[in-house]
Amino acid sequence: MSAAGRVKDWLDERFGWHEIRTFIEHKTVPVHRFSYWYFLGGMTLFLFTIQVITGILLLLYYRPTPNDAFESVQYIMTQVPFGWLIRSIHSWSANLMVFTAAAHMFSVFFLKSYRKPRELTWLSGMLLLFLTLGFGFSGYLLPWNTLSFFATKVGTDIAGLMPGLGPWILTFLRGGEDVTGATLTRFFGFHVAVLPGIAATLIALHLLLVQRFGMSVPPSVEAAWQARPGDRKEIRFFPNFLLRELMAWYVVLAILGGLAALKPWELGVKADPFGAAPPGIRPEWYFMFMFQSLKFIPAKIWIFDGELLGVMGFGAAFLAWTLVPFFDTGRRGWVQKFVTGVGVFGLGFIGVMTLYAYTAK
Amino acid sequence: MLSVGAALMLVAPPLAAQNKANLNTCLDCHSQLDAPFGVNAAEFSNSIHAQKGLGCPSCHGGDSSSDDMTKAMGKAAGFKGHIDRAQVPALCGKCHSDAAYMRGFNPSLRTDQFSQYQTSVHGQRLAKGDTHVAVCVDCHTTHNIRPPKDPASSVYPTNVAQTCTRCHANAEYMKDYKIPTNQLALYNTSVHHEALAVQEDLSAPTCSTCHGSHGAAPPGVASVEHVCSTCHVFQQQLFDTSPHKAIFAAMNLGGCITCHTNHGIQRPSDALIGTANGAVCVTCHTEGDAGYQGAAAMHASLVKLGDEIGRSEQLLLRAEKAGVEVSDAKLALAEARDSLTKARVTIHSANPDAVDKDIQAGLKVTQKTYQAGLTAITESKYRRRGLGISLITILIVLIALAVFISKLEARNPGITK
Repeated sequence: MSAAGRVKDWLDERFGWHEIRTFIEHKTVPVHRFSYWYFLGGMTLFLFTIQVITGILLLLYYRPTPNDAFESVQYIMTQVPFGWLIRSIHSWSANLMVFTAAAHMFSVFFLKSYRKPRELTWLSGMLLLFLTLGFGFSGYLLPWNTLSFFATKVGTDIAGLMPGLGPWILTFLRGGEDVTGATLTRFFGFHVAVLPGIAATLIALHLLLVQRFGMSVPPSVEAAWQARPGDRKEIRFFPNFLLRELMAWYVVLAILGGLAALKPWELGVKADPFGAAPPGIRPEWYFMFMFQSLKFIPAKIWIFDGELLGVMGFGAAFLAWTLVPFFDTGRRGWVQKFVTGVGVFGLGFIGVMTLYAYTAK
Repeated sequence: MLSVGAALMLVAPPLAAQNKANLNTCLDCHSQLDAPFGVNAAEFSNSIHAQKGLGCPSCHGGDSSSDDMTKAMGKAAGFKGHIDRAQVPALCGKCHSDAAYMRGFNPSLRTDQFSQYQTSVHGQRLAKGDTHVAVCVDCHTTHNIRPPKDPASSVYPTNVAQTCTRCHANAEYMKDYKIPTNQLALYNTSVHHEALAVQEDLSAPTCSTCHGSHGAAPPGVASVEHVCSTCHVFQQQLFDTSPHKAIFAAMNLGGCITCHTNHGIQRPSDALIGTANGAVCVTCHTEGDAGYQGAAAMHASLVKLGDEIGRSEQLLLRAEKAGVEVSDAKLALAEARDSLTKARVTIHSANPDAVDKDIQAGLKVTQKTYQAGLTAITESKYRRRGLGISLITILIVLIALAVFISKLEARNPGITK
């Protein structure tokens, strides 16, 4: 036996890799007209990996204090070899990751992949989506430019509206009454330690559950295959599906490279905490639908504060959405249709509000 | 008189209901009358005199607590009635020139207005019997006098030009004085007006800034540069070192205004200096003389640095649009703009060598910023090349993967049922 073979056997005796190898060799992926949606989860994981790698590289130069943060990002963009590329990839990949995570979530929702026994997969996935938004929100402050400073101020103000816990949450997030250096340090800690730790745990759980239960098949395809078993098609995960997924990842890489080289992320102007908020300040695109909706709500609805009602409304909506596997168990057809309708409305609402926010004068 | 009295009795409020200490019977009646006897009660109550507790008797005499007209306006009460225009400055000066008295109201307020007024053209003409000229109430109003810092005051900086030109822009009113009446029209086109009225810079000059307020008079030819230099210090210092100073004095030409004019001062451009049409230098200088050559040299220097700054700006903008970070170079370019501004001030020395020194400092900066721009453009081209190579590589890998998958699945479809 060759030296490599002996090493392999030694490690296998201790890690039990042959079991994992057997599992992967037997893992299959259903093939049907909705199969392309299966790529979104892997794309999100790929983008997360890019974020970790580029984030570690940025960590080598970034300094999380108000005096140095902006200058350190400027240094990365202008002096560090390929610093501009790493920083732009990190920023664009963050936005693409939010998009693919949301798309993955919607595809799972509409394909009803949250049904029993995959409720925990859905829950862990929803938590991962919220974490992704948390990554985006915390990371946005780190360059310490005018836009990021005031967007954080507005965002934490809205968080502070929650009844009861709101003021505590606001102080916890900001590390004080206002957005200051303490906020920057705190957000940096969230962004590079707390959130990645929680995300890694949840990703591991999420992937474990996906492996345990396999890929879900949409109800319509399931019904068709039950009627005609001969129509059932599956391909091997390794290497067939994985090679196809690799192609998708390369396409994502090409898009990232193009965006980073042709539309590098702006440095902006260093934040002046004593200056006025720039006119038209607004959050990142993935929060815009909420931001725009809150603008439509009147200041007072009966005796209640309009903005507070709006924030609570969104909170309730997100909670209901997260708990959808417990409403739509697949036993009642009208519930399934209703939930799909709500999903279509939700997606349309987000799309219209986001579009309106960017196009309205 | 009786009918006026009867009418007043009908409209005057019942006196028994009023607090005797707050009575102002003058205003009770005069607020109901038309001009020339009418007084706007609201305006008067907002005036600085009313705010400080000074009432009608302070200027007009009389007794404002009495509802008996004969007593209120009687000689025994010291009633003066309408104040003759010629008497107005002295009347106002009775309080406003009394430092001890004025200290009780506002210790920092000047008390030399009356003595200044007596030195002014208005004061001197009034002393000779010309009552057409401005007296205190023409600028400050009669019963609506407000502090100059109050935006509603007729002498608030943005209102001064309107106040002065009520007379000075009225050709009919000014016809006997044989002075121009186009000052306001010219001033409204000027850079000073733009600064004051549009940009709301209250330190920008208006009529009283250059002509004085109480001691208003046109600055003499010899004094114009001193007036301008209260703000434009460096220009005056440089002008004093230039050959123009002695020559202008000998020719009885005012410094500053000979090139820049007085009321209609426009924002100067580099075209103002030089030998082309529209340049002021060729008003006196002719081709071949030292001044002509000097003007041409200074103009050429200014244009050269201006062009170099523009060239760097465009290149840096191009690089920025291409996605390369050039904020350091843009910041450095501000230094070159400062050099150009300094050179535009140095031209007042009429010394081409001194101007050239500032220009060279600016050109050193633009050389560096232009080089930075070129480096940035090269970097953007390098990035695009890199992107192209990466995309081609990725495309090759994608094609290879597709071919590999199809070959793999031709041998073994990998589809299970």
